[in-house]
Amino acid sequence: MNAARLPVQRPADARLLVVDEDGGLVHAQRAFFIDFLAPGDLLVANDAATLPASLAGIHVTSGAPIEVRLAARRSLDAHDVRHFDAVVFGAGDWRTRTEDRPLPPALAPGDRLQLGPLSAWIEELLGHPRLVSLRFGDAPDAVWAGLAAHGKPIQYAHLADRLRLWDVWTPIAGAPAAFEPPSAGFAIDWSALRRLRERGIGFATLTHAAGISSTGDPALDRRLPLDEPYRIPAATAQAIRRTRARGGRVVAVGTTVVRALEHAAARHGSVPAGEGLATQRLGPATPLRIVDAVLSGTHEPGTSHHELLRAFIDDATLAHVDAALEQGGYRTHEFGDSVLVARSAAARAMRGDGRAADWVRAAQQRLMSA
Amino acid sequence: MTNAILPAHAHPSSAGLAGLRILVTGGTSGLGRELVRQLHAAGARVAFVARTAQRVHALADELPSSIGIVGDVGRKDDIHPIALQATGALGGIDVLINNASILGPVPLALLGDTECESFEQVLAVNLLGPFRLTRALLGALAASARDGRGAVVVNVSSNAALEAYPRWGAYGASKAALHHMSNIWDAETAADGIRFLAVDPGDMDTPMHAAALPDADLATLKRPAQSAAEIVGLVTATLARQHAREAA
Repeated sequence: MNAARLPVQRPADARLLVVDEDGGLVHAQRAFFIDFLAPGDLLVANDAATLPASLAGIHVTSGAPIEVRLAARRSLDAHDVRHFDAVVFGAGDWRTRTEDRPLPPALAPGDRLQLGPLSAWIEELLGHPRLVSLRFGDAPDAVWAGLAAHGKPIQYAHLADRLRLWDVWTPIAGAPAAFEPPSAGFAIDWSALRRLRERGIGFATLTHAAGISSTGDPALDRRLPLDEPYRIPAATAQAIRRTRARGGRVVAVGTTVVRALEHAAARHGSVPAGEGLATQRLGPATPLRIVDAVLSGTHEPGTSHHELLRAFIDDATLAHVDAALEQGGYRTHEFGDSVLVARSAAARAMRGDGRAADWVRAAQQRLMSA
Repeated sequence: MTNAILPAHAHPSSAGLAGLRILVTGGTSGLGRELVRQLHAAGARVAFVARTAQRVHALADELPSSIGIVGDVGRKDDIHPIALQATGALGGIDVLINNASILGPVPLALLGDTECESFEQVLAVNLLGPFRLTRALLGALAASARDGRGAVVVNVSSNAALEAYPRWGAYGASKAALHHMSNIWDAETAADGIRFLAVDPGDMDTPMHAAALPDADLATLKRPAQSAAEIVGLVTATLARQHAREAA
């Protein structure tokens, strides 16, 4: 697959590969993804706005230039913005691929970092020369002001231009909590929400602090995703309960929504309202208790996002999907094309409801007659 | 109907504002400053924006736990940093009050004598600014509505939006467009649970009014505190209606 090079959130030609419960594949236009949902289904999206998490600055002890990428936070509390886990790069900027970025100078607890107007101290090394926990010295509103004035969205070397904050906020972005955009949400705009209502499809959100997608360092990437806090509103918990009681499907927009809902369900048996800290990794052994399908970007094998799809479909089907994406010339990365993957009938049977759906055929009929 | 001031006797209690997250633009002067003070006194969690750092910090110091944000809503590059600080520090936004506006150069000029650049600047602050900030915060407002907290946007309009006053061309045109945009937003977002109100606060004794009409008889002008109280009442009543609908 090729990387999408332009930061257009909803390119008119964005494509969608639909994978049904039986492993059947359908190529479609992403603009019509709602046609693949049925009345009574519930679409759940991550409404986190994206932080300007990239902070250029100086490692004061050595005087060396560094780039700090904030990568994780322990809670979503608006006042809890002093402590972050962060990935630190040495000299250079986003135009260099992260794989080729030098290590930062040797970092030690107590080292001071000057990041524009913000002062920070390294609290702890986290088992890798690039990964630290750090603490800002300022009050919470000064940290927000400093991030707003000095922070930049995390950039991607495969893009032609520097991303601005408006490029990485989804249309539904609310409170800033994500470190990189919950990019599956780029597919949803206000017109889509109107269409959902017209078709009797529910819409709900949660806020999940989507972490960084890759660091360019294989050892570090194996530790992703880091722990991510999330918050599930009461209205969303209720909508999920109702949808499941009525036999509708819960469709997650993005892997972060899957992680939050399945984390909550694994702990509580169902999805309660409230905050949690998602610590689990999703893969072939993960039972899906809540999510019936996921709308996601396309991801290359080996990434944690790709691994998560193995909870939905078996490896043979996933191999078919990867081949179809490759042959179809689908674009990957944040501004690329999408997949809509339904949990396989086998995975569904693990939950015991075994409901067969002909939603893909129904969507095709709708699209043909439109 | 979105263009209304409640009569004074109809003001509901502002107790319903406790804990609400409110952003006011143009918050350090005239009507904006009164709004910030009254909302703060009513227990709301208030963030406010203004251009001059010194004035922002002075008001933030006066009102404990208020969030002062330095920014210019007329500058495209300031919008997302403003939205980031407000939603970040408050954890979301329930009410947005687009109050900041400018007259353009004074003394006010006939349209035929108005420089195109001056006209553009007035539109940038009075029309594009509210549009951009509303768009940046629409997700947060809709999240608040889905959460059952309510979501209200007040666009401070003017009598000059409706009446054709000579020499008020740039300002009047910007306010007329703001007023109409507000009504369209309201029609489009009603189903998302977000209400838009275009409010004419009346002719007030403010620095802006003094700049426009230096010879005005101050005795005939409203106190900004009175207009602020009316807007606070209107917001409270609108939120109460949203909450009642939510409970039904």
